[in-house]
Amino acid sequence: MSTKQMTVAEETMVAPVPRTPLQEFWHYFKSNKGAVAGLVFIVFICFLALFADFVAPHSPSVQARDALLLPPAWLDGGSWHYFLGTDDVGRDILSRLIHGARLSIAVGIVSVTFSLFLGILLGLTAGYCKGIIDTTIMRIIDIMLAMPSLLLAIAIVAILGPSIINAALAISIVSLPHYVRLTRAATMTEMSRDYVTSSRVIGASPLRLMFICILPNCLAPLIVQATLGFSTAILDMAALGFLGLGAQPPTPEWGSMLADALQFVQRAWWVVTFPGVMILITVLAFNLMGDGLRDALDPKLKQ
Amino acid sequence: MSLLQLDNLSVTFGQFKAVDNISYKVEEGEVLGIVGESGSGKSVSSLSIMGLIDFPGKIEADTLSFDGQNLLSMPEKQRRKLTGSEIAMIFQDPMTSLNPCFTVGYQIIEALKTHQGGSKKELTKRAIELLMQVGIPAPETRLAAYPHQLSGGMSQRVMIAIAIACNPRLLIADEPTTALDVTIQAQIIDLLIELQRKKKMGLVLITHDLALVAEVAHRVIVMYAGQIVESGPAAEVFSTPQHPYTQALLKSLPESSVGQSRLDALSGVVPGVYDRPMGCLLSPRCPYATDHCRSVEPSTQGTLERQVKCHTPLDYEGRPTA
Amino acid sequence: MFQFILRRLSLVIPTFFGITLLTFTLIHMIPGDPIEVMAGERGVSAERHAMLSAELGFDQPLYIQYFRYVGGVLQGDLGNSLVTRTPVLDEFLALFPATVELSICAALFAIFIGLPAGIIAAVKRGTIFDHSVMTVSLTGYSMPIFWWALLLMLIFSVNLGWTPVSGRIDVVYWIDNTTGFMLIDTWLSDEEGAFTSAVSHLILPSIVLGTIPMAVIARMTRSSMLEVLSEDYIRTARSKGIAPWRVIVIHALRNALIPVITVIGLQVGILLSGAILTETVFAWPGIGKWLIESIGRRDYPVVQGGILIVATIIIVVNLLVDIMYGVINPRIRHSH
Repeated sequence: MSTKQMTVAEETMVAPVPRTPLQEFWHYFKSNKGAVAGLVFIVFICFLALFADFVAPHSPSVQARDALLLPPAWLDGGSWHYFLGTDDVGRDILSRLIHGARLSIAVGIVSVTFSLFLGILLGLTAGYCKGIIDTTIMRIIDIMLAMPSLLLAIAIVAILGPSIINAALAISIVSLPHYVRLTRAATMTEMSRDYVTSSRVIGASPLRLMFICILPNCLAPLIVQATLGFSTAILDMAALGFLGLGAQPPTPEWGSMLADALQFVQRAWWVVTFPGVMILITVLAFNLMGDGLRDALDPKLKQ
Repeated sequence: MSLLQLDNLSVTFGQFKAVDNISYKVEEGEVLGIVGESGSGKSVSSLSIMGLIDFPGKIEADTLSFDGQNLLSMPEKQRRKLTGSEIAMIFQDPMTSLNPCFTVGYQIIEALKTHQGGSKKELTKRAIELLMQVGIPAPETRLAAYPHQLSGGMSQRVMIAIAIACNPRLLIADEPTTALDVTIQAQIIDLLIELQRKKKMGLVLITHDLALVAEVAHRVIVMYAGQIVESGPAAEVFSTPQHPYTQALLKSLPESSVGQSRLDALSGVVPGVYDRPMGCLLSPRCPYATDHCRSVEPSTQGTLERQVKCHTPLDYEGRPTA
Repeated sequence: MFQFILRRLSLVIPTFFGITLLTFTLIHMIPGDPIEVMAGERGVSAERHAMLSAELGFDQPLYIQYFRYVGGVLQGDLGNSLVTRTPVLDEFLALFPATVELSICAALFAIFIGLPAGIIAAVKRGTIFDHSVMTVSLTGYSMPIFWWALLLMLIFSVNLGWTPVSGRIDVVYWIDNTTGFMLIDTWLSDEEGAFTSAVSHLILPSIVLGTIPMAVIARMTRSSMLEVLSEDYIRTARSKGIAPWRVIVIHALRNALIPVITVIGLQVGILLSGAILTETVFAWPGIGKWLIESIGRRDYPVVQGGILIVATIIIVVNLLVDIMYGVINPRIRHSH
């Protein structure tokens, strides 16, 4: 009798305790190993970026005349002094990569913040006002979408002149359409819901409706887009740098490091390999985290 | 030999038993009604007959045979020859059950071609006949229609046409009218019963409409939380239910509460994955439950003809036998 | 169907004029006097300045300038290159086949790898194959393709010597420019080995350019397939007793492809963007390299014209994708 009860009890599974939204989010997010790996790497990169001056073994711009194109430490002729080797003018690659992280993260933050802010503003306005304002904004967005983003960014930089600031500006402008479209679509779905109507009946002002009522309910897709926006920003920044339209030498930027190294490809593979690996892994980390965020926030996205 | 025979069939998804040791049989030309609440395992059991349970679902049974052939041990290919031709199925929501990318004609002809073959002309002719049989007006023009151009009732008629295309001997209708308008529901049921009589098919009618089962079914099975709690000839089960759950279901019908201000209803809900009780699964909701019921699971009593899964089956007056 | 096409067309025209407005503004946003900027460090005499100003119409009010510009564009006049003095359109047409050839090969690579990989990953969901496809495609999606180009070049051209480093064909061949497509031209020519040489020059650039579209297509196909495979009509198809491959290829794929086609269409923009980088690395004489070089040379009419043409191509392709979407999706075709 008692053994029978035991087996029956074993079959009965324990019901999960209801979680707060944040706990639920974290529960889903942490079950995605890729996303957690991405998050860990991002935290690591941010740490490097913040404390580049202390972490980097050398200055990114000091040229060691006696150590040109030194291979990484584990190869013949390499020195533990320059762990990842040196470039054609004898600068430490590791230090340049670490300082490059600072630049990439900074550009990411600036351009994502800018396009997120402007995108939300335009998208909310378009979705809330409808009519002629909506049509005008969306036409302009359509035109921007007809341009390959890199080409448009190149055109903008070509006009404003090559520099990091202009590159960041160009990147935020070209990623604007995604945010506008997302916000507008989310706003329009939320607008038709009863809670918005009831706030309106109570007499909430348009600004309150837009920012206090509607916006928080559109945030989930925007958070995901912003994470993915980081990866696009870093990629585009590197591409512009590679084409000579972004950071100017001697700034340690991953893309322009690659461009500088082009003529040594055959002699010194390390000057080309490491910056590329950094770009790839960082972009991959943001993409992994973006995917994880999307899955974790999915119940809200599905509406 | 029965057309379809199930002995101790279980379907499990991970740790969850969606269908728990059920046994029943269907004879040729017989209408079997399966009733029960949502989530009681009605659909899952019928999908397992069709071989449509996917990983991670697992099917176990002592017997699962159709016309004497063991469905579980036969090769995949041979089984597919049976599904769609000898055994066919109609689903709940006709609007999503037809492929939106293909015409009605294509989808009917596909079923014919797979099992019978024939020239394009013959197949088209057969398809038109089928549409006529299921009462679709102007069948020639309907062949070229896409599913989104049809109403729900029309789509369900097309689904029936696909199901009966190869003259199946067993037809499973899984809540065929739930998603339809009330006015259309009767028409579809009439059509199904008419076809069943004409073709002498075995028909398994899954529904939660008790009145419907009482009207058309020869035999009835009542399911609760994946188990068969009671089965038997329809008239007998409905006049003298032996299981408290059947009794409660019948009491909840408006007809049995004439003159009362409220309908009788069982309190509580069907146990799910996390709250399966010990003992009899109905014990938390059963008005007659004893401590014995709450600790020991009852076994199935009686023959396949009239089975009841209760420690204290109800007598003719609807009271538990001691 | 005809109505459907007309409706789409009417949406495209305002977009086109918007783009002309954008490219027009672009030139006028250059800080400083455009002629002096164009002349660069060489400088211009006052006479020449006035002459150029009149020639380019800079002495007119802005809106007149715009109308003249659009008028010219509609007649195929995109101005002349400041460097070579040849019409922008002629330069473009001479280089465009090279880019088209590369993009088509890249697209074929992306589709032939991405589509099957996505389908199989969805069907074999949760298996090692599925996980590998997802990992590879996410990596491909995150790839800085200019670096990817260098890496492949380093491995296959420099170290292994399997493929040539850059260009469209070995210098030893002299191929008549009949169609502009090297594969066709070498095929038609009598030169032995020329075709093989052209093919080997195409391999690496195509893989590089096709990597991101391949990743996008594989991911999209997989998720679209997964969604379709759980649909009721797939269950219906299986209940008919048809073979599993037929359920996947006929019933699921047709539906799953609808969103994938759109995604493939959207890759045209990515391909043309990527062509800029790929062509630069592989010294591929196409419009991407041409545009970048023109920016470096401050050849503004070329930049303006090039951007306009590329954007126009993208709208036209998007239009075609839209129409194709209508062809394979009966629900769109019939809605009026």
